[in-house]
Amino acid sequence: MHVSLIHYLTVAAVLFGLGLFTVMTRRNAVGILLGVELILNAAALNFVAFEHFVAGGVSGQVFTVFIIILAASEAAIALAIVLQVYRGFRSILSDQLTDLKN
Amino acid sequence: MPADLTTLSFLALAALTLGSGAIVAFSKNIIYSSVALLGCFSGIAGLYVQLSADFLAAVQILVYVGGTLTLILFAVMLTARIEDIRTSNTATGRGAAFGIVTVVLLLLGKVATTTPWPAEDRPQMPATAKLGHAFLAEYLLPFEVGSIVLLGAMIGAVVLARRAVKRDWEKQ
Repeated sequence: MHVSLIHYLTVAAVLFGLGLFTVMTRRNAVGILLGVELILNAAALNFVAFEHFVAGGVSGQVFTVFIIILAASEAAIALAIVLQVYRGFRSILSDQLTDLKN
Repeated sequence: MPADLTTLSFLALAALTLGSGAIVAFSKNIIYSSVALLGCFSGIAGLYVQLSADFLAAVQILVYVGGTLTLILFAVMLTARIEDIRTSNTATGRGAAFGIVTVVLLLLGKVATTTPWPAEDRPQMPATAKLGHAFLAEYLLPFEVGSIVLLGAMIGAVVLARRAVKRDWEKQ
């Protein structure tokens, strides 16, 4: 077997599917965040794979660095929000959080 | 690297990534899910090395494994109640989600296999120096904006996560 673009695309697509499944089925808000991280990593892997096999240069890696920056900020903000929600509701199960204000 | 060794390491890294990803998606225990993310991120870092993105592999380990994963574990410990930790990550609506994911994957597979990508094999070479030049020349403005975004996210997370304690002089 010769490793080529389609193999990396397959790995990234399956990882994206797992992330999508996690986001859609989890009740725990932290679990949903884990799914978002999987999706972002799958997208970043696609950027690097296309850069290596198709585009050349380093532009794909630059975009991946920006994805990592945004994922780090997103995780920090979202986990702060989860902590505050837990303080207010004593629960972070997403199907119990039906009020914006308690 | 010889071709069969490349193939073997790709298969091992892909299995590590997808196996850990499956634990993240299917485990009932939120701690197992969070720790499995470690294997997933490490596998992707290895795949970056194979795609001659050595700097990104280091950044992936430093930022994701060292930073984001620790943050997620802190959030899990602060929010999950210990007595029901075994079922702390329950799922709902698996049937519908499975259907949607299958449709999305079929669509992605069709696009990936029918599009004639002008793919070619390139030798693996270090890219860190070129990446540094790109950041300090062509992508300088987005790079600086990225640092401001990180600063804003940091201050915002601190403001959001602190407890609102009112001092005496504030209550008056």
